[in-house]
Amino acid sequence: MDSAFIIEKSVVIVVIFAITMIMAMYSTYAERKVAAFLQDRVGPNRAGKFGLLQPLADGLKLFAKEEFEPNTPNKFLFFVGPAIAMSTALMTSAVIPWGDKLHVFGRDVMLQATDIDVALLYIFGVVSVGVYGIMIGGWASNNKFSLMGAVRAASQMVSYEVAMGLSMIALLMMTGTLSLKEISLQQAGMNWNVFYQPVGFLIFLICAFAETNRTPFDLAECETELIGGYHTEYSSMKMGFYLFAEYANMFISSAILAVLYFGGYNYPGMQWMVDNVGVNIANILGIIVLFAKICGFIFFYMWVRWTIPRFRYDQLMNLGWKILIPLSIVNIIITGICILAFK
Amino acid sequence: MSASIQTISLSGRKKVVSNKEMTFWERLYLVAIVKGLVITIKHLFRKKVTIQYPEQVREFSPVYRGQHMLKRDELGRENCTACGLCALSCPAEAITMTAAERQKGEEHLYREEKYASVYEINMLRCIFCGLCEEACPKDAVYLTISKELVPSSYEREDFIFGKDRLVMPLDMAMKNAQLKNAN
Repeated sequence: MDSAFIIEKSVVIVVIFAITMIMAMYSTYAERKVAAFLQDRVGPNRAGKFGLLQPLADGLKLFAKEEFEPNTPNKFLFFVGPAIAMSTALMTSAVIPWGDKLHVFGRDVMLQATDIDVALLYIFGVVSVGVYGIMIGGWASNNKFSLMGAVRAASQMVSYEVAMGLSMIALLMMTGTLSLKEISLQQAGMNWNVFYQPVGFLIFLICAFAETNRTPFDLAECETELIGGYHTEYSSMKMGFYLFAEYANMFISSAILAVLYFGGYNYPGMQWMVDNVGVNIANILGIIVLFAKICGFIFFYMWVRWTIPRFRYDQLMNLGWKILIPLSIVNIIITGICILAFK
Repeated sequence: MSASIQTISLSGRKKVVSNKEMTFWERLYLVAIVKGLVITIKHLFRKKVTIQYPEQVREFSPVYRGQHMLKRDELGRENCTACGLCALSCPAEAITMTAAERQKGEEHLYREEKYASVYEINMLRCIFCGLCEEACPKDAVYLTISKELVPSSYEREDFIFGKDRLVMPLDMAMKNAQLKNAN
């Protein structure tokens, strides 16, 4: 392992980290703007041009707030909760291929922090740990509302992870690999997986909503019933970490949706661009295309939030266990039959 | 439908609620969700109803009672004679004043021999009922012509408005006079 390789990877990692942070930051701004626009309002527009400095102002406000601690025996866990939520939200971005490669200084720079064979399993593992952040935070808060929110979050995430995994299996049977890089490469051109796996995509999308605790599945933090859910007792930047982790999760899950089902960085005519215009320009365009897809999904998250009201808890469980899981099993069987018949 | 006692609607607005079983497509909810999404996306392109307050002010109705104004006549002289009827009529006891006699050479400032040397309204007490305006025999105090909201402040003292903030600006009085002459 030469030093140039280490420098190259470090740069890629730092850039990915920075971009994830900035995207999460501006997701809060986008959330407020989209919410306002969908309700015929204007939204934040005082801090900077069009309110573009609003996320900075919000961050500054959170830093300046009093760091309140409830009278809890679990002071350590109270600290660990937001830390876990935040780090797991950021860890998943390591395996996502943001582009194919760039040709700089006579080297091929892979636009991915690491291309591991079990990328999908890794993502599932890390996302599952993410629920610990919520559970530990809710438990350590020593507050009934927080605990209730944490219990809800845990059971909801566990239920939907099953359906999500099953919908994933159908996709894996088709692609035959767990590496996100190879899945991206297989979808070159307009050969997107969503055309072969529409039902799987729908299940995955619904589960992604549940996994990121977004409306209509935001039972873990529903204001009307549980005040703030698991982060009721949190204040200052610890609260900020929880909120930030949610947006980072949203960004990552949008990225995963785009990579798995919507062709990742591929766009029609990419091969022609590589041959005729140059590797770098073609791939920079690919990165832009991937981010456009991601932003589209983020917008969809927000759009749905202001359309569908929250589920009741039994409806949520019914949907997860009685509809999505059987549906994804049927999807697996049909996919298997199709693979046998056509290959 | 025959009008039996069960089905008759006295207001004419009665609606019969159907409790029929949902069909398969309705139970999937996907169609309903897509319809809802279409409705919300339409709002994205609607005109915004927000009024950007400090820059943009909502139009007041002609009878809107805003910040008080002590009027001047066409020659720019103050109408108020410090009779105290406004203070007497005020249910919130927001108005105080000190009367003074007009000196020689001040005829261009005050219309009559007596005037208010101090005239103060406590805007925190004022309920903007307009009774002072009704009580005034000299057409001096008005709430309807300023078309202004009382500005916010952090200090209580800032809400006691003296003559410096209440009396109609001289150029406004001159403009009114010109308008009157033109008509």
